[in-house]
Amino acid sequence: MSDVLTHPTTRDEDWRYSDAEYLASTSSDELLHWTEWTVAPGEVKSEYVTLLSGPQARGTVQRTRVHVGKGGRLEVFATLAGGQYQRYELDVTLEEGAHFEFGGVTLGGDVKLQEFVTRVVHAEPNATSNQTVRAVQWGKATGNFLGRIEVVRDAQKTDAAQNFRALLLEKGASANAKPELEIFADDVKCAHGAAIGALDEQALFYLASRGLPPVEARKLMVRAFIADAFVEISDDAMRDQMLEGALAELDQGAL
Amino acid sequence: MLEITNLHAEIDGKKILKGLTLSVGAGEVHAIMGPNGAGKSTLAYVLGGRPGYEITEGSVTFAGQDLLAMDPHERAAAGFFLGFQYPVEIPGVSNVQFLREALNAQRKQRGEEPLTGGEFLKLAKEKAGLLKLDMDMLKRPVNVGFSGGEKKRNEMVQMGILDPKFAVLDETDSGLDIDALRVVGEGINAIMRDPAKGVLLITHYQRLLDYVQPDVVHVLAGGRIVKTGGPELALELEEQGYEAVA
Repeated sequence: MSDVLTHPTTRDEDWRYSDAEYLASTSSDELLHWTEWTVAPGEVKSEYVTLLSGPQARGTVQRTRVHVGKGGRLEVFATLAGGQYQRYELDVTLEEGAHFEFGGVTLGGDVKLQEFVTRVVHAEPNATSNQTVRAVQWGKATGNFLGRIEVVRDAQKTDAAQNFRALLLEKGASANAKPELEIFADDVKCAHGAAIGALDEQALFYLASRGLPPVEARKLMVRAFIADAFVEISDDAMRDQMLEGALAELDQGAL
Repeated sequence: MLEITNLHAEIDGKKILKGLTLSVGAGEVHAIMGPNGAGKSTLAYVLGGRPGYEITEGSVTFAGQDLLAMDPHERAAAGFFLGFQYPVEIPGVSNVQFLREALNAQRKQRGEEPLTGGEFLKLAKEKAGLLKLDMDMLKRPVNVGFSGGEKKRNEMVQMGILDPKFAVLDETDSGLDIDALRVVGEGINAIMRDPAKGVLLITHYQRLLDYVQPDVVHVLAGGRIVKTGGPELALELEEQGYEAVA
């Protein structure tokens, strides 16, 4: 339950898949800094995070702690598509009847390492959470999702779901899924699923047989794959923007 | 239109087609019938360019071009269509979106202008109506949650939209009830009965041929065409079985 108070290394369970070199070269202040948000009871907070490629630091670690009041709703949608090491971490505590919606996409090649780390505490009854993470990696890149769900003793009627799928476009790319469920209440629903695979060759042939060139067919399949993570974005224009922004980072050479 | 000469093909070292020769002219509908394991689906996949098959001998010429040298999407742009026996489900990819992209990719390859969204929807509506497929189904992900019959009708809607010169239809009749069979048969006639087009129908049964009258019927067994005749051959097969006839 306690924060990592000392400088993290890959020996720490929560940092086991991270970039050791990056951690060693970065100050504790930066790694251990938490941004704090509060969602007032009944309020809705929507955040769209895009950490794309481009001229930026070698890596980034962003950690945000959020307290969601009774009946509040927190929505976070994020794309990690750049950096040598990118880590986006959310620590969310839900009061009664609150909801947390998370959609995350990692997308990268080379030796990029991109990871989402979430901890969701269902601290009171009737709170719900839904997390959907999609990883698309090529080259020797890695996409990770470390998702922890904690349901305290009184948090009856909790409904928590977590789903992670990784699409590896080339041999050599990898993905790690680390779901952790800690449940102390007895009347709850907690679902989690993880799958790692390649593009469906049968589907690609079907699309090609209708006239789609291979790169277009693969791009269409990747679009469908990552769209899962953004399906809960209610604003159509924002959903398109998130989807197109992520797809623009797709290396044509990997398709 | 389609000239298949001495075609030999294998998969994982297993020889399936063993010297198949067949020629379909413009304006003709040919049916291929044959027992299970004869190589009917292999023929369809080889013509469509599915990866995994090795062509060890022979040639296929389509409208004067070497079909086997083309990638699957190039075959489509050249006017070749394969109707799948088992249409593939693709979650997350909508029918209309993919068909519009596919059609416009074909048009681009042929040096034609792309269709606008409105023009495409009008075309899709017309063809869905022809096959009595609800337009809402075309907006859903490709074949996901479709019944067997809906998948086959969707194949024919796609054929109508893409408007190919030549279609190989692999057991398009399987999984269809009697009403759907008539709709699909009439759809094939409406889309493909044309002096400039050709069709190769692969089927187990005579019943589709009641609606789509073939000009020529072939019997495929052991990877080769063992008998060729007129429409009466299909009736003969239905009555006496493959063993007696071929």
